[in-house]
Amino acid sequence: MAKEFALKDQDHESSLIARRVHISAFIIFLLIIMIISRIFYLTVLQHDHYSTLSQSNRVKITPIPPIRGLIYSRDGVILAENKPTFSLGVVPEQIDDLDETIEQLQEIVSIEESDIERFKKAVKKKRRFENIPLRLNLNKEEVALFAVNRHRFPGVDVVAGLNRYYPLGEKLVHTIGYVARIDDDVKRLDESNYSGTTHIGKLGIEKSYESLLHGDVGHQQVEVNAQGRVIRVLDRTAPKPGENIHLTIDLSLQQIAIDALENRRGAIVAMDPRNGDVLTFVSSPGYDPNKFVNGIDSKSYNLLLASKDKPLINRVIQGKYPPGSTVKPFMGLIGLENGVRVNSDESWCPGWFSLKGHEHRYRDWKKQGHGHTDLHKAIMQSCDVYFYTLAYELGIDRIYEGMSRFGFGQITGIDIGGEKKALMPSREWKRKAIGQAWYPGETLILGIGQGYALATPLQLAKATATLANKGHIIRPRLVSSTSNSITNEVNALPNQSESKITLSNSVYWDDVITSMKDVVHGIGGTAWRSGLNAEYNFAGKTGTAQVIGIAQDKEYKKEEIAEEFQDHALFIAFAPVEAPRIAIAIIVENGGGGSKTAAPIARKMFDHFMNNRDLISKG
Amino acid sequence: MEEQSLGQRLHIDFPLFFGILVLCIVGLVVIYSAGGQDMNLVYRQAVKLLIALVGMVIVAQLPPAEIARWSFGLYLFGIVLLILVIFYGDVGKGAQRWLDLKIFRFQPSELMKLSVPMMVAFYLADKSLPPRFTRVLAACVLITIPVLLIAKQPDLGTALLVATAGFSVLFIAGISWRLLTIMGGLGAACAPILWYLMHDYQKRRVLTFLNPENDPLGAGYHTIQSKIAIGSGGFYGKGWLNGTQSHLEFLPERSTDFIFAVFCEEFGMLGVLFLLCIYLFIISRGLYIAINAQDTFGQLLASGLTLTFFVYIFVNMGMVTGQLPVVGVPLPLVSHGGTSMVTLMIGFGIIMAIHTHRRFLSF
Repeated sequence: MAKEFALKDQDHESSLIARRVHISAFIIFLLIIMIISRIFYLTVLQHDHYSTLSQSNRVKITPIPPIRGLIYSRDGVILAENKPTFSLGVVPEQIDDLDETIEQLQEIVSIEESDIERFKKAVKKKRRFENIPLRLNLNKEEVALFAVNRHRFPGVDVVAGLNRYYPLGEKLVHTIGYVARIDDDVKRLDESNYSGTTHIGKLGIEKSYESLLHGDVGHQQVEVNAQGRVIRVLDRTAPKPGENIHLTIDLSLQQIAIDALENRRGAIVAMDPRNGDVLTFVSSPGYDPNKFVNGIDSKSYNLLLASKDKPLINRVIQGKYPPGSTVKPFMGLIGLENGVRVNSDESWCPGWFSLKGHEHRYRDWKKQGHGHTDLHKAIMQSCDVYFYTLAYELGIDRIYEGMSRFGFGQITGIDIGGEKKALMPSREWKRKAIGQAWYPGETLILGIGQGYALATPLQLAKATATLANKGHIIRPRLVSSTSNSITNEVNALPNQSESKITLSNSVYWDDVITSMKDVVHGIGGTAWRSGLNAEYNFAGKTGTAQVIGIAQDKEYKKEEIAEEFQDHALFIAFAPVEAPRIAIAIIVENGGGGSKTAAPIARKMFDHFMNNRDLISKG
Repeated sequence: MEEQSLGQRLHIDFPLFFGILVLCIVGLVVIYSAGGQDMNLVYRQAVKLLIALVGMVIVAQLPPAEIARWSFGLYLFGIVLLILVIFYGDVGKGAQRWLDLKIFRFQPSELMKLSVPMMVAFYLADKSLPPRFTRVLAACVLITIPVLLIAKQPDLGTALLVATAGFSVLFIAGISWRLLTIMGGLGAACAPILWYLMHDYQKRRVLTFLNPENDPLGAGYHTIQSKIAIGSGGFYGKGWLNGTQSHLEFLPERSTDFIFAVFCEEFGMLGVLFLLCIYLFIISRGLYIAINAQDTFGQLLASGLTLTFFVYIFVNMGMVTGQLPVVGVPLPLVSHGGTSMVTLMIGFGIIMAIHTHRRFLSF
């Protein structure tokens, strides 16, 4: 190296560099002066201003989350409550090595991989000085164990809280739904009102009445010292607890319906035709909502998803079933109103029906036929041929118009979300959905509720209530009133009357209702067994909906068909006939005949309801 | 040959060593307060400090000629690592800066803070100074390549420091004022292009710097809260452990990039003057060593490293006091954190090596 330098003028270079170093030193000096003047400006000239700001920084505002409203049944049983729980909360900022701390904590309380995963997600989202739950639902033993070791974990604390609990579990999950941790719902929330809230309604009543149940957040203004400890509370705005909600569900009737269904797949809805109160809302099978409150593990969730019984589907509002013969009373009314038939007009039923010029035989369920059949007999004995001819003469357009007025293919407007429209087909629908013209044969099977027609159990119940009301349409509802959890002041919600179907002759209502009464009380009625020895009169209509088509020359043989392809059993009914107070729709999936499986359930429910009428009217 | 002093034999420059030690102690004291009186944090910082000090002493043992010989290889190695980071780097805090070497994670851009000034000094010292125009241009290319690679990660703060390190060597080497003015003009002209290349968060920081009150809870929060901390400290400060701004968690990044605000709040203007005195002492010593270095390489490198050290201080204080945009530059030797500390200490090790390996010929 030395040789290379020898070639250069070392002295000249040194003095050049020294000059530049001196210039740098001067620049540094100037810049330091600049920093000092800035500090002087801030600390001396602006001191008062920043002192004031600093003082106001010592006031912290912390949210106080409101207590969620409770949910009661009509008979006053608590259906959703808040249970005290303890969780392990961590303030990330006070911890140097989160992983190490978690590892050490695992020696004391069990912390699952999924807990850690959720915790780490939350850490990223929240501010570093916020308390973030690591493990939820500590049991008493774990709380005690941690308390002993607490000194080892600065920044970790047991946080007491309230946890939503559904004591009846799966019995009402499809009605009440559940709350779960807030995640991507944040977008639809008023963020400041939810600043202290961890859970939000995700389904059912919990979701649709979220704003009432949640309440309003409270705030606490506290003055703190340099260590962040609260010196005094300056101001406190108490949170406004959520409203309590009173359901229209009659728990005793619900229980009878659940028992009568005997764990089969199906749905049962009962409503009061006078005000729309839904008394029973059963979708079977259910599942345990409590698992969802703090996040269900993916294994259990996949099990629910994969289950052949599809427990996650709310059959009452989302199950789409062919309504089968339960449409017959409505078809009859449409026929009378449109002047296609009068009550006494008879059809000849040889056990089958064919369109002119066609060979295809549309069969009656009774192979030998019903013989001469008028409307009364056609409904009572559920004659298919009568309704084939009636439907053929009415035509698709008038059927579509009439059935739509009864709410088929329409949202019922019940006060929980997720409702399906199901389907009442029309020419236009077929052109759009399938791209084909309407065939007359399709009109025929529509007359007995088969083919494209699909209805939800709630639609059937609402239509039945409309029939019982003689045209007065009322929107079904699950909540009758709310009450203030402090003052207990009750706020009754008005029932929602929608409109009225007015017939040209109101006698038509009586014609059809009388026929329905004889389905259960008449000689030869399809559900006569269910009407035996009843102390009151009720009216009903059975239905048996085919799940698979039976070939022309084959006969339906129950034994030969796998359970999941057997017919659905349906029954609609209301009681008492003279002044209806309850209307029911029952569907038992793959339950076989409506008269055999579904009608007896209705009878059990009516018996209970009519015998406890005092209790009901009080509720 | 002159009789060697103790410092010469151990290759430690005691004045520099003393200044660094005082700074480190100040750092530990402030970290204790800023970290919420967490002794663990202080211990861990002390361990890092010790490692860095050992590194400094080891580097100081190397003869400057040896260091000069390594310059090119180290520079090349650094460039390769920077390219590797782009493909294989770990992502941390939204930027790809880290290379996972299994045993420890390594930030190649830190290496560049040293190897860029080394490379430029090595290159320029080869021919006589002041450098000719073509050589200045070549030196600019040597600086720009790593700077662009680092800026792409994106790590604007480090890119800025690496560029400063390189250009300060160029400045000391006697690049003509005319050229300097032209380069400054070019730099200003490039600013819009840089703006175009910047990430949204970087743009936001610059905009926020121009008007912090615009977004008091978002991007402007840092600056506003640190100004409150400094201003409320007053001339004498609120006293150690009594800074409300920092302890009540209004101040973000308070044991790392914004530690100066904590210092100001608790020790006031008086403390700042004291701190600046130590810094000035270290810088003067560095520049003194630079002027008295025996060869051009040593002169250029020592002054380049010292100037970079000052730029650290200036950028950090400027950012905390709201005079510069928020870029992630720690307060040297005071902020909590290991990586930048090790780089700085090695830098001082090189300066010490330059000073303590001088040979005096007796005439």
